[in-house]
Amino acid sequence: MIRFEDVSVTYDGAAGPTVRGVDFEVPEGELVLLVGPSGVGKSTVLGAVSGLVPHFTGGTLSGRVTVAGRDTRTHKPRELADVVGTVGQDPLSHFVTDTVEDELAYGMESLGLPPQVMRRRVEETLDLLGLAPLRGRPIATLSGGQQQRVAIGSVLTAHPRVLVLDEPTSALDPAAAEEVLAVLQRLVHDLGTTVLMAEHRLERVVQYADRVVLLAGPGAAPVLGPPAEVMAVSPVRPPVVELGALAGWTPLPLTVRDARRRAAPLRDRLAHLSVPDPAPAPAALPAPRPAPTSRWRRRPASGAEAAPGYAAEVRGLAVRRGRVQALRQVDLTVSAGETIALMGRNGAGKSTLLGALVGLVEPAAGSVRAGGAVPHRTPPRDLVRRVGLVPQEPRDLLYADTVAAECRAADEDADAAPGTCRALLAELLPGVGDDTHPRDLSEGQRLTLALAVVLTARPPLLLLDEPTRGLDYAAKHRLVAHLRSLAARGHAIVLATHDVELAAELAHRVVLLADGEVIADGPTAEVAVASPAFAPQVAKVLAPQQWLTVAQVRKALA
Amino acid sequence: MAGSTGRAAPLHPGAWWLWALGLGTAATRTTNPLLLALLLAVSAYVVTARRPDAPWARSYGAFVKLALAVLVIRLVFAVVLGSPIPGTHVLVTLPEVPLPDWAQGIRLGGRVTAEGLAFALYDGLKLAALLVCVGAANALANPSRLLKSLPAALYETGVAVVVALTFAPHLIADVHRLRAARRLRGRPDQGLRGLLHVGLPVLEGALERSVALAAAMDCRGYGRAAEVPAAVRRTTAALTLGGLLGVCAGTYGVLTAEGGAYGLPVLAAGVAAALAGLWLGGRRSVRTRYRPDRWDARAWLVAGSGAAVAALLVLAGARDPAGLHPGVVPLVAPALPLWPAAACLLGLLPVLVTPAPDTPVAGPAGPGPDSVPDPEPAVRKPS
Repeated sequence: MIRFEDVSVTYDGAAGPTVRGVDFEVPEGELVLLVGPSGVGKSTVLGAVSGLVPHFTGGTLSGRVTVAGRDTRTHKPRELADVVGTVGQDPLSHFVTDTVEDELAYGMESLGLPPQVMRRRVEETLDLLGLAPLRGRPIATLSGGQQQRVAIGSVLTAHPRVLVLDEPTSALDPAAAEEVLAVLQRLVHDLGTTVLMAEHRLERVVQYADRVVLLAGPGAAPVLGPPAEVMAVSPVRPPVVELGALAGWTPLPLTVRDARRRAAPLRDRLAHLSVPDPAPAPAALPAPRPAPTSRWRRRPASGAEAAPGYAAEVRGLAVRRGRVQALRQVDLTVSAGETIALMGRNGAGKSTLLGALVGLVEPAAGSVRAGGAVPHRTPPRDLVRRVGLVPQEPRDLLYADTVAAECRAADEDADAAPGTCRALLAELLPGVGDDTHPRDLSEGQRLTLALAVVLTARPPLLLLDEPTRGLDYAAKHRLVAHLRSLAARGHAIVLATHDVELAAELAHRVVLLADGEVIADGPTAEVAVASPAFAPQVAKVLAPQQWLTVAQVRKALA
Repeated sequence: MAGSTGRAAPLHPGAWWLWALGLGTAATRTTNPLLLALLLAVSAYVVTARRPDAPWARSYGAFVKLALAVLVIRLVFAVVLGSPIPGTHVLVTLPEVPLPDWAQGIRLGGRVTAEGLAFALYDGLKLAALLVCVGAANALANPSRLLKSLPAALYETGVAVVVALTFAPHLIADVHRLRAARRLRGRPDQGLRGLLHVGLPVLEGALERSVALAAAMDCRGYGRAAEVPAAVRRTTAALTLGGLLGVCAGTYGVLTAEGGAYGLPVLAAGVAAALAGLWLGGRRSVRTRYRPDRWDARAWLVAGSGAAVAALLVLAGARDPAGLHPGVVPLVAPALPLWPAAACLLGLLPVLVTPAPDTPVAGPAGPGPDSVPDPEPAVRKPS
């Protein structure tokens, strides 16, 4: 159905080809997963299928890509619209109209299908994706998972034979991701749709794949094979596969179920061992606070004495956003050196809570103290030294056009000694040139730069909003290492995340939010294992024992 | 599974526009504050009762504020600059600023008369009512559905326009987000400097989003064109270009003194040619329309009610000018002319003939299909 014949793509101005020697074929009705670290050209391969590469992006494509017998060299994306459906990373930038039903019909209108056919297909698609109750809703009011389903539905109505998806579940909470994947599964099984999908969160998708295409490095030729075989050689793999590799199971398990059926001996071995802490526990003795800066001395924080034990304290917090009650009666305390994961559905109020801690959101009731100050009443220059937030889109923090200028500005903003930020960045992310434009950095590098900028002011409380979106496993491991060492140095860290594996590796405590209320707050092992949606894979495999990460198991067995 | 929240065949947006323009026209025919207030109340009631909960429908508040601003400005001008209306009831005398000779005829300050203020109020109210009527149309008629009624040849351009319009809210959201982010860097998030500083990143973001949207639209078949014979293509181009040239020349002719003879015919021919070009151009477009709004009996009734209000007030203006334009010199309390008032109430007809808008599920994460409550456990029989 999709056929790559010795394809390489070189973008204008690039030193070498982005992908080279891509040569594989996807038969009809298969779900093929494209995996690999960031920056190896996964999006380029996907774009070549829909014809966006090179017609829209520019660059030179050598070799031949055919989709359902149509050569993409001679067919523009719009002429492939009836056979290829493409859904990008951000569903919001995909929508042309403003209501669900119109959006589903838009593609068919462009193709010029007769009105009766359109009507029938819209109804079918609404039912297939479970969107019928939402048909008249403005798209902007839908949740992330619903939007992603509408985006998929909007290309499905044209009855494409091929569906191309770029990270369809990255921005979604675990439940919404399941929802989307169930739909894909159904398409492949019931309609025989061919699906080609790229995704970083392998733990969510690898079990659904019929075959996997691995792009191991930039410009490396892809490896195609059954998932278990490819995972054995892949540099990126989900925890369940890591665990299988650690325990020496062959073939490697891909699902929790596979692994569990073979895990009995491993569980027996582990039963006698004690679970090492995933992250070194927050020091029982209060961790040293960062040295007070001159400003602190000049303006002694009024509340610093009041709650000396907590880096942040939230009592009875309520926040209203328009007519929506975003948070109600939230209590939360964060001690120095502690790492907390905020989890919950899209729209549960995680970002709002972080915003309240950093003074972006004004509480309607209750009190917030962060770093000894009331955030929304503290002038920004003062606040950066008490609490720092890396927003969901790290790019929002970066204004300058070179890394060096960004670092200089950060030093200035924080009244830090010149070179502080650059030194931090060199430590966190070696090998980034001074003249690089922040936009040219990869997702992970950009996040690290934003982190360095925030850390320049040495805030005792560090907040991160969805830090692993778009990060591959390597970048994630580096981030985990940074954050752990920060916590060991006494920084309190709060991260809002959908990534259960990240929470398992980092967090001492997990706080679950639902509908703006805290519904669970406790040690990671207890909260995560108690709820199937938020349990990491290792916990599911080794339950009822409270192992959370492969690293723990490896350490215990060593 | 047909959702109860399904669209109950909304009214043709053109009908709402005709209704609102009818009320607006009626408002321009009278300065009677009671009639104007009645027209305002009628349109406001219909908007409250029939406005859907959608982003574009929230513009009504903005129009009301604009109308109020117009009214206030008109009154302030009447107070400060005086009024040409002679009056005897002096309310207050402001200190008059002496102006040089060349500014003769302009007065700053001076006497403020009740007659002058009343005149300004009536006049301002007329303009405000017109604005509110336009706002009502904006709130009731979905702009993107109005677009569906465009000729096929203009549709793609129309989509571009609508997409561009939706960018404004996105841009504002971006500015808010980036200004908030300045706070995270320890810089003040208020003030002009902050706004200027985020300008470039905001534009960059907007550009990236447009490119992403363009790619998505391309993938979904935007701009697919049907094969048409070369002759038809050439004819289309010739007709459209020739027509537009004709319109230009004709307009010039109509506006200049010498061209009075050829102006009108050339203009008419130009318009005809351009329309023919549009119609032919539509054949290149393969688009079809999903559930286009039908111009049904309700649309006739709604549009008709607006037109009737306008026509009756025009008629009333001809029959009874005194009732529609209450005198200010001498100052008399305006009386409510009975049958023009009854005519205004015809504007309420849409409330009777159109369905109430859907009430959307509250909250962004509305109940999905997966949140079906568990069926009641079967009653256990005693064993």
